[in-house]
Amino acid sequence: MSAPIELPRWADVALVPAVSVVAAFIVAGLVVVGIGENPLTVTRILVTGSIGSADAIGFTLYYATNFIFTGLAVAVAFHAGLFNIGGEGQATLAGIGVSLACLNLPFLPAPLLIVAGILAGAAFGAVWALIPGWLQATRGSHVVITTIMFNFIAATLVVYLLVNVMGRAGSMSPETAEFPAASHIPSAREVLGALGIAQPSTPLNLSLALALAAAFGVWLLIYRSRLGYAIRTVGASPGAAIYAGISPGRIVMVAMAISGALAGGLAVNELMGAQHRMVLGFTAGYGFVGIAVALMGRSHPAGIVLAALLFGALYQGGAELAFETPTITRDMVVVIGGVLILFAGALEGLFRRLVARTLTVAAPRRAREA
Amino acid sequence: MDLQALAVILDSALRLSVPLLCACLAGLWSEKSGVVDIGLEGKMLIAAFAAAAGAHASGSALIGLAAGIGASVAFSLVHGFAAISQRGNQIVSGVAINMLAAGLSAIVGNAWYGQGGRTPSLEGDARFGDIALPGADAFAAVPVVGPLFREVVSGHALPAYLAFLAVPLTWFVLARTRFGLRLRAVGEKPAAVDTAGISVPLLRYAAVIICGVLCGIGGAYLAVAQAAAFLPNMTAGKGFIALAALIFAKWRAWPALGACLLFGLLDAGAIRLQGVSLPLIGPVPVQAIQALPYVLTVILLAGFIGRAVPPAASGVPYVKER
Repeated sequence: MSAPIELPRWADVALVPAVSVVAAFIVAGLVVVGIGENPLTVTRILVTGSIGSADAIGFTLYYATNFIFTGLAVAVAFHAGLFNIGGEGQATLAGIGVSLACLNLPFLPAPLLIVAGILAGAAFGAVWALIPGWLQATRGSHVVITTIMFNFIAATLVVYLLVNVMGRAGSMSPETAEFPAASHIPSAREVLGALGIAQPSTPLNLSLALALAAAFGVWLLIYRSRLGYAIRTVGASPGAAIYAGISPGRIVMVAMAISGALAGGLAVNELMGAQHRMVLGFTAGYGFVGIAVALMGRSHPAGIVLAALLFGALYQGGAELAFETPTITRDMVVVIGGVLILFAGALEGLFRRLVARTLTVAAPRRAREA
Repeated sequence: MDLQALAVILDSALRLSVPLLCACLAGLWSEKSGVVDIGLEGKMLIAAFAAAAGAHASGSALIGLAAGIGASVAFSLVHGFAAISQRGNQIVSGVAINMLAAGLSAIVGNAWYGQGGRTPSLEGDARFGDIALPGADAFAAVPVVGPLFREVVSGHALPAYLAFLAVPLTWFVLARTRFGLRLRAVGEKPAAVDTAGISVPLLRYAAVIICGVLCGIGGAYLAVAQAAAFLPNMTAGKGFIALAALIFAKWRAWPALGACLLFGLLDAGAIRLQGVSLPLIGPVPVQAIQALPYVLTVILLAGFIGRAVPPAASGVPYVKER
């Protein structure tokens, strides 16, 4: 085996991700130059478009909520040594769960209906992730391939359900009827307005608080609980886990279920918080970008929240960008996400080695100068 | 069902299976050498875009094909660099390739042509025409075989014939040549190949490049033969169905052809079976047929019908012992 690259902790936690982010933005900048736009103008529009006004910040935080959920989902599976690419499918199924609860339990009062919707979403997402986990644990089929297949099965299933079963009567577009008002998660405008703080109308809602609570919960789970220890042990070495009396199969299933439930948060924010109905394709690639978020955040909840804020800003800034420069579309965010996954994930070793070499070259020189 | 209707369905099944077959054989080469590739979708997509752009710029479908192959091989080499040289996570790299291709093709397409990511329509020589095989008309009078030959086997575009030609080629090279033996060995036990003094990275890079070429043919077929332009996300999951077909075929060339034809037939049938009521079952939702390849793959992978075992070293970076 090649020797592991030893890095000081600060470099490992902050410098390596920062270097890969900078490199990814340089690549994105080259793409911008390649299609004949000025990268500085683009950067200015991105920054003002994402954090330049209260309105923009609201949208940024709204998108960040989605990325926190999907990033956490990927990260929990990562800790167990699993690669859950099924966030899209799990969130889609969660959307079905959310809709079933919101549309069929109209007799519940507001707070209870919201809780029921969240629980239904989490449960549906969990089950859709649990099946691949169960198949890996008991039948040895690889979770990567199974979750990819489950994404497509979910996509066809939801088309069938929205067109034939749950669709709004008399509507040509595949969507459900509007959820009852009691199921709407309070928006930031309502909540802050009640506190006397004026807010523009944005889709930002209390799901952000739920996402932050989920991040804290994942931190408690992974780093402060017995189950989290078991998850990390299985991820580091399934063989050692068996000797420690941990059943890797059971942990794989539990980790996948938690991962799927977290992906379900995407449905809560999108459907109960903003759109107030189930629409086709509401997952819109958030599940895949969640992989980039988890890789950049080094699978740590704090890192994930930061990475989710960055992607939320990119997403919102990207929308402004598409508005102001017709040659650039929001797909720029997908490009940046892809480059980031490549740099922070697949080429992580390269960047670690670069950082390590720079540090070892810099250290003796500093000692000599002192 | 009369002969004419059967011929139409078989012909459309064949056409729909071409991109699947290209991507499936591409994945076969890559995974046989030990490099897992879930970026087939992305490579086909970027190839489709490059092929359409190349064919539009040059007015030649062949140059389009070359551009598609070039773009796909470039993406393959990025994946190879991450997976082979940097020993990075191959799944992560594949996801990155898919996202990069989806984003880049849409953004560059929009910037160049300003049609929301579409490329301009291809006409005349910029598109692959259908090639009638010799004898197609001469034998048309022969009952059953003649019309089937003319309607189904003959009359496809050049990349389609390349794809079907790649099946026996892949089988022959992998099963009957020294290069093929070494390539399979490097996917099963790279240390043994290394000990024999053969370069593991070189073999894997060769496999990854072949994978890129095949994905390039598949992408070019989509944009320059089947359609007459590139549309954003026009691969629409075909790279993943190909992955399913690869598992279905248990990483073998001839069964890969069978699996891709089957999935192509399901796709062709799904369009026709819409609203048709089957005996005993009643009306089958078209989505159920669309989901069938994925469901079958999950069942197969779980070992409920046979067992699909990937090459032993696939997905594992090779580290030379010191």
